[in-house]
Amino acid sequence: MAPAPRTRDLTLASAHDEVVNAMTQTAVVERKDRRAPRKASAQPAEGGSRFTLRAAFAQGDAFTRASALVLGLGNLVRRQYVKGAMFLLGEVTFLALFLGRGLHSLAGLGDLATVTKGGQEWDANGNFVNVNPTNSVEVLLYGVAWIFGVAAFAVFWSAAVRSAYQAQVLAQESGRAPSIVSDVRDLFDRRVHQTLLSLPVLGIVVFTIVPLAFMISMAFTSFDKNHPVAFDWVGLDNFAAVFSRTGSAAIGVNLGLFLRVLGWTLVWATLATFLNFFLGMFVAMIILRRGTRLKNMWRAVFSLSIAVPQFVSLLVINQMLQDQGIVNQLLKQWGLIDSSLPFFTNAWWARATVVVVNLWIGIPFTIMQITGVLQNVPGELYEAARLDGAGWWQIYRKITMPYVLFVLTPYLIITFTANINNFNVIYLLSNGAPTRVGESAGQTDLLITWLYKLTVDKGNYNVGAVIGIMTFVVLGVVALITYRNSGSYKNEEGFQ
Amino acid sequence: MTSQTSTDVRAGAAGGPTGTAWRPGAKAGGSVRRRRRLGDAAAHAFLTVLAVAWLVPIVWVLAESFNWNTAPFTTTFFPTRYTLSNYTQLFTDTSVMNFPQMFLRTLVIAVFVCVIQLFFVLSVGFVMSRLRFRARRPLMNTALILGMFPGIMAVVAIYFILKAMGLTGSSTATTVALIIVYSAGSGAGFYVMKGFMDTIPASMDEAALLDGCTRWTVFTRIILPITKPMMVYQALIGFLTPWLDFVMAKAIARTQENYTVSLGLWQMLQKEYIAQWYARFAAGAVLISIPIAVLFIVMQRFYQSSMSGSVKG
Repeated sequence: MAPAPRTRDLTLASAHDEVVNAMTQTAVVERKDRRAPRKASAQPAEGGSRFTLRAAFAQGDAFTRASALVLGLGNLVRRQYVKGAMFLLGEVTFLALFLGRGLHSLAGLGDLATVTKGGQEWDANGNFVNVNPTNSVEVLLYGVAWIFGVAAFAVFWSAAVRSAYQAQVLAQESGRAPSIVSDVRDLFDRRVHQTLLSLPVLGIVVFTIVPLAFMISMAFTSFDKNHPVAFDWVGLDNFAAVFSRTGSAAIGVNLGLFLRVLGWTLVWATLATFLNFFLGMFVAMIILRRGTRLKNMWRAVFSLSIAVPQFVSLLVINQMLQDQGIVNQLLKQWGLIDSSLPFFTNAWWARATVVVVNLWIGIPFTIMQITGVLQNVPGELYEAARLDGAGWWQIYRKITMPYVLFVLTPYLIITFTANINNFNVIYLLSNGAPTRVGESAGQTDLLITWLYKLTVDKGNYNVGAVIGIMTFVVLGVVALITYRNSGSYKNEEGFQ
Repeated sequence: MTSQTSTDVRAGAAGGPTGTAWRPGAKAGGSVRRRRRLGDAAAHAFLTVLAVAWLVPIVWVLAESFNWNTAPFTTTFFPTRYTLSNYTQLFTDTSVMNFPQMFLRTLVIAVFVCVIQLFFVLSVGFVMSRLRFRARRPLMNTALILGMFPGIMAVVAIYFILKAMGLTGSSTATTVALIIVYSAGSGAGFYVMKGFMDTIPASMDEAALLDGCTRWTVFTRIILPITKPMMVYQALIGFLTPWLDFVMAKAIARTQENYTVSLGLWQMLQKEYIAQWYARFAAGAVLISIPIAVLFIVMQRFYQSSMSGSVKG
């Protein structure tokens, strides 16, 4: 409710007062925000302006409305020449590119493969093949990119129309629309967020969002190792291959395999997260014990493994555990075993190995995190408990655990999602081994390593994309449930 | 007895409740002492076993880096004959694998990524922490959701995009491509920086604005100086990215002339190289680990000091 009167205030205020007003308003908004951040953010007016698109069409004059067709016209009429010229130039450039290439690219999305430059002919093996076939990857990529290009232009267009309306209103109010100098000054003050965000957002759109959209679109095509070029849309066939009992023998996927990998991914994430947490906590508490000497030395020993790059230590451990590796050799020499232990050749051994090695990787991090937390548990709590006659187990369960969990729940959630995506440990350590013949995923493969093998190693991009989408669904469910309930999300300004 | 109880209480306060010593209603002093000594011995034995387990791989790779024998399959834990030639060969013998060049390339990438990431994260962190505007919540939620997508998922798509931009193939192009890939999305990792800036009192901005600062000067003159420890932390993270990354580099730098250090080390362990290159892999791993370990320790210090809050007193 609160922001509504503020907007009216601003409308009544003269242009001259607006700057002063805006400054105090910001302070007010910030304070209001702090009190009820979620409520305030639900109001669209938060920090918004009165120069909306709707207002522009409802209250704009002829020039403002015409600006929707000829971008920058409104600005040029109000003597904002530089701004108007920029909008116009942007529109002309976009239209030239769009008509020259964009339309063709977007049309290409309809049918990825039919345009063959060289026609078709019989090859030496008697197959009817495309000569010089279309590179469907490019067709798909440019098509997807142009969708984003059009969306970007829509944003540009809306900015231009609103700017024309703003120029009209401000010209009416103060006789002259703001000059380019004051606009630029504005970009470093009231609208500094636009300046600072432009490059990071551009980077994220081009190298995170567009690739994701591109990848997702591959899930609906026949882009696999047999169709590296000249592939086409196949609808939901790939989903059918992954989720049917028989699946696709050529690629080596079926429902059983998918469920097995999904199940192992979840089991792995649970084991990796909670074993690390509880064992790490146990070690941290032993180091913190009163009787333990050389506390710093023990901690240093464990942190040493953090400082070694993960891929190095994983590759080294992988070498140590090979059939002919140093561990098996020494055990044989000492007469403890006759034949090599099947660290990566037996499914259950391999699963146990990756979990245990992950303890080696993860426990030092847990020790680091938990030591600080344990030291902060208020001492009076322990004293009071002891006076009441509580034993150590009771104290652990009723005081230590609740306190640690309260502080570290967000950390546990992050660790869990990170473990679902724990590519390094699996790929560098076991590489999914052992793998049964005819299956594309090994016994220790996670969804994420399976995806990597399917795409980068084997070139079955379509099925890989399906697995990627499913990974995201799993992660999204975990994340949405947990993040939104975490304290730091709800109460981000608690310390300001 | 009284003194005994009081130390026990302190022990609990400082050390947590694992000890068996300070049970309430302890019996005779002697029995308590014996039990405690037993507990101490067990704890130290347990820690020693663990410490050995944690040190073995590290000691082994250090020992192997001086091994005369270049293959990984030996019958003794420590090498029977030591040499320094693995280190010298790594940098002089560039006929099969050009390690010095990989090292230099990774260094160049690291410097650029460090600067760009720092700029991106500072900008986004400042905007999200100190300013209020309409798109703020949606942008933050988008960053949260994008963080859910594993980077590996889009790696193939990113490769095709770079290819369309003409940034694959030659070694210079791949270097540029890797710089872009490591830094482009870094703006989404603003949460720690924002969390730090959130602890700077809002009254400082307000005072500065009343004194005639623009929001830009608030950023450069007020917020940035206070954020220095966090900047060091972020810069180190950026610098370490290309040294530690393996997956992105493998998908983008596809031929050996374009490899970074981590890919080079990985390559040395492939079947066709390992018998000749294992000892040199160990030497390379040691050379990479030492500076990274030092940077890591520095980083920890800055991280801890920045976690203790922005404005003291």
